Amino acid sequence: MTDDDIIIAHADALRKAIAENDVNVDREVRRLSRRGFIVAGAAAVAAYGGWKFLRLASREGDVPWPLRRGLETNEKLSETYFRTARLSRTFPASAITNARINGGVGLQPNYDPANWRLRVEGIAGQPPATLTLSDVKSFPRRDMTTELRCIEGWSIVVHWTGTRLADLMAKFSPPSGTRYVAMESPGRGYYVGLDMLSCLHPQTLLAYELNGAPLTWQHGAPLRLAMPVKYGYKQIKRIETIRYTDVRPADFWGDRGYDWYAGH
Amino acid sequence: MKTLEKKHPLAIRWFHWINFPILAVMVWSGLLIYWANPVYRIGVGKHTLLKMTVAEKTYEKANLAFRLAEGLTLHFFFMWFFAINGILYVLYTIFSGEWRDLVPDRRSWKEAILVALHDLHLRKEAPPQRKYNAAQRISYTAIVVMGLGSLLTGLAIYKPVQFGWLTLLFGGYQMARFFHFWITVGYVVFFVVHIAQVIKTGWNNFCAMVMGYEVQRYD
Repeated sequence: MTDDDIIIAHADALRKAIAENDVNVDREVRRLSRRGFIVAGAAAVAAYGGWKFLRLASREGDVPWPLRRGLETNEKLSETYFRTARLSRTFPASAITNARINGGVGLQPNYDPANWRLRVEGIAGQPPATLTLSDVKSFPRRDMTTELRCIEGWSIVVHWTGTRLADLMAKFSPPSGTRYVAMESPGRGYYVGLDMLSCLHPQTLLAYELNGAPLTWQHGAPLRLAMPVKYGYKQIKRIETIRYTDVRPADFWGDRGYDWYAGH
Repeated sequence: MKTLEKKHPLAIRWFHWINFPILAVMVWSGLLIYWANPVYRIGVGKHTLLKMTVAEKTYEKANLAFRLAEGLTLHFFFMWFFAINGILYVLYTIFSGEWRDLVPDRRSWKEAILVALHDLHLRKEAPPQRKYNAAQRISYTAIVVMGLGSLLTGLAIYKPVQFGWLTLLFGGYQMARFFHFWITVGYVVFFVVHIAQVIKTGWNNFCAMVMGYEVQRYD
């Protein structure tokens, strides 16, 4: 063999080795990509199945039950973290915005506030109490300028005047350990369920004035809830009944696909 | 000669592909929520260049109208998976040392410009490409910072009293909502560019995100 022959033979051997290597690499790529795409496909099918399950699960309060459990889990965590000492931010009078009118459920325009009485039910060892507006006003008058946050995403700054719910509840007290407070407008046109801690928050007011003037009927005259630790849909207008209960009270929007707790 | 080279660890691939559908659900449910109060715009002062909304009719045609409750419920469910997956991803990159390939260094800012010029065909020479080039490092780190931003602004909107200090930090409730929205627009922009880059880079690169290996050729 000449030197050339040797070089050619080496080159051939090298080419052959490279070709063999490339075939092996291609085979390995096919194996790995097959495995990868099978796992990926299976994961995608599982994810799609999980999604379909979530969408089609039986509904509780117009929410698929797994998502309702999700809201309730969030509620438990929120309640554990909740402290009545943490206050909603307050604003100077200059920050007050136009009081937007929103949500007329349970408000009849021809309602006569003169006939209005507030009924408190479930008082510890007492029959239900009936209060006039001046009875409500006999408690210390509280003022606050806070943000009202709507579940839709907008917010306004409002000046509220009213009685602290906690003050009223100190006089007409629930049995110790009571978990919930239910509130209703006349004829149960609107109703909310509230957790006890949020009701005891110092910024939870039974409000009779908005921006320095008595409530108009659109804003829930004569008495409504002003509660910056909840979204607006919990801040019931024209409260007629307050009831202490250990049975989780129904909630107007909670029955219609929204979070029951809705706490800030 | 071809060789098979390990590129993306199994954990990173799972984090990536789990995040994709979860983030998609978060953006979509966010849109269902946004419909109820679609107030944002691009503009200066009174001049609006682009309203970040469409006609009510269009929402209805796209089946995005009157689904606020559904959007909220999904958002408050999948937020946990988004947060947990994101936190585990960050922890993984820290403890595995992968962060060294992902976090921009001193050179990255300058090099990222070269990447952009090259991608826009304004510059011929390819910029230095390690596992990730400078533009990738910046965007893959930015997306993690944005994720953290989404979680924090989200918490500030979700619990503006109990986490009032956080809400105040973002400049108040409406400002937190503003940032939360624009970060989401950022995800959409990232997605579009990311998909374009993946298509441009080719199948081999895409497969690496599925199977972990990439075929390299040496001539």
